Amino acid sequence: MKIHEYQAKGILGLYNVPVPRGEVAFSADEAEAAAKSIGGSVVVKAQIHAGGRGKGGGVKIAVSAAEAAEIARKMLGMKLVTHQTGPEGRIVQRLLIEETLPIDRELYLGIVLDRVQGSPVFMASAAGGMDIEEVAAKTPELILKEAFDPGDGLLPFQARKLAFGMGVPAASVSAAAGAMMALAKAYVAKDCSLAEINPFILTKDGKVCALDAKITFDDSALYRHKELLELRDLNEEDPLEVEASRFGINYIKLDGAVGCMVNGAGLAMATMDIIKYAGGSPANFLDVGGGASADQVKNAFRILLSDPHVKAVLINIFGGILRCDTLATGVVAAARDLQIGAPIVVRMEGTNVELGRKILQESGFNFTVADGMRDAAEKVVRLASQ
Amino acid sequence: MSVLVDESTRLIVQGFTGKEGTFHAQQAIAYGTQVMGGVVPGRGGSTHLDLPVFDTVEQAVRETGANASVIFVPPAFAADAIMEAAAAAVPLVVAITEGIPALDMVKVWAYLKGGRTRLIGPNCPGVISPGKCKIGIMPGHIHLQGHVGVVSRSGTLTYEAVGQLTGLGIGQSTCIGIGGDPIIGTTFLDALQLFHEDPGTHAIVMIGEIGGDAEETAARYVKEHVRKPVIGFIAGQTAPPGRRMGHAGAIISGGSGAAADKIQAMEEAGITVCSSPAEIGEKVKSRL
Repeated sequence: MKIHEYQAKGILGLYNVPVPRGEVAFSADEAEAAAKSIGGSVVVKAQIHAGGRGKGGGVKIAVSAAEAAEIARKMLGMKLVTHQTGPEGRIVQRLLIEETLPIDRELYLGIVLDRVQGSPVFMASAAGGMDIEEVAAKTPELILKEAFDPGDGLLPFQARKLAFGMGVPAASVSAAAGAMMALAKAYVAKDCSLAEINPFILTKDGKVCALDAKITFDDSALYRHKELLELRDLNEEDPLEVEASRFGINYIKLDGAVGCMVNGAGLAMATMDIIKYAGGSPANFLDVGGGASADQVKNAFRILLSDPHVKAVLINIFGGILRCDTLATGVVAAARDLQIGAPIVVRMEGTNVELGRKILQESGFNFTVADGMRDAAEKVVRLASQ
Repeated sequence: MSVLVDESTRLIVQGFTGKEGTFHAQQAIAYGTQVMGGVVPGRGGSTHLDLPVFDTVEQAVRETGANASVIFVPPAFAADAIMEAAAAAVPLVVAITEGIPALDMVKVWAYLKGGRTRLIGPNCPGVISPGKCKIGIMPGHIHLQGHVGVVSRSGTLTYEAVGQLTGLGIGQSTCIGIGGDPIIGTTFLDALQLFHEDPGTHAIVMIGEIGGDAEETAARYVKEHVRKPVIGFIAGQTAPPGRRMGHAGAIISGGSGAAADKIQAMEEAGITVCSSPAEIGEKVKSRL
């Protein structure tokens, strides 16, 4: 689960990572009041779940509270397009109003899970303020790494090593190391999958501060962090994806014309791939889950057909233990209840597959029964292009 | 021949009396797996499916001589269940559970390090040596005893590949589902080493997906050591970056994990990479 910058800074603040003084604002009035209470010049930052906001016009300096209100009026409701939002952009609905700080140097701090070492790894780089993926690709030697045990946290010597490695002046090393250990503590305490401060700044008066912050939580661990659930902003998510998640369906909207319903994530990805291979383009990723019950099938149908770009649907279920007659009955019931008009290609494997095929063929609906994945993909791509 | 599991495997089921544990224990028994009993804390002394239930893994191992455990325990308790099995010196632990918090797996990883317990999974379909032993949730009947080793991060996509092989009359030595999570016990590299050393395995199918770089690491091993034919497929060639495709580990992020990089590394290692998932069986046939 992703959260906004101001929410991430709120969490980091709780763990004593220094963050700028700031307030969230949902209106121009609130922005003005926040700017007044902060005093002096402030920075107005659009809050969306995507990076690259500065370049897209989502970060502006205001020298007075009145100007902050003026900027807020323009920014709220605007469509912010960045390299991470795609061309459709995001509507700005929240702002963060923050004090400005005298920046001396910009550094990078981040924590991710290292799959190879089986532990969290702390990354630090003197190349702050830049796209860290680009730094990793072009100058990997500029990224310093320290793996740490979640139980012990980032140890003081590790934090100092990273701070000295980034060239933090001796007078600020203790503050920088403290912030790093605090970030690691927050990462573990809140079951994050990513925690990133970019840039982490050294100010001209020798202080350190998290100028930006990004946190993503491990969805599997949310059950033990009920307090985090209220941080979810549904406006930042695709409404169909939100709807799907309510039924335990993994759905990701894409931009093609072939809707697909598959059981299992790997087979769902492979189905997208084979649609492309057959000359078509998938409209979505959809994993109905291992069981693929009649109810799940119906919900999945409804969700994927809500996408107006879908011209044909491919159902690819490799049930094995799952009984195909049960599945076919579910598919027919869903088609009837939802009055589905789009052509549907069904490929299924499992117990009672012959009986399942018979049920589909005799249902009176526009089903095409396919034999194997290749046949299914070719048939559905043909139907989608008609 | 086969790897990891065979006729001598004596299995216990952790989370035995739950819905999943019960169903898949029945399926395993029907397949011929020697299921010795199960573990459910608080139910010790009772029986389930005519088999003994124990309070602890230690008891179960002591009384039944079990040498493998399968875990159907809910995500919040699964990490503890894995460590309990390791503490009881169970040599093979297969964790089916999906949705274990990543930091719980970090703890498990550290706990297992240097020990004698091999973990398969979590979030995996399990492991099967056709005709001998089935541990997990895969449909037994699609498999055929033979000489192709299969290793995969996926569940149903593995069934797809196995279905194609069996359809062509090509049997499998052992099929290992290593799981779709970022932190897993047995990796592609480990599985390839096992197949490389198994005289009963004549060819290897490796089914990867986007996310991480375990396929690249395994490809380097193949290049240096493996002389048996290796056939591969990578799922997620059309997946958008930054999105988690169902599996917790299936995400292109931080400049790594893209399908194209994996395919390139595999091809450079002499692995036959299928561009379509429909041709896995045929490609294996052509390399045998």
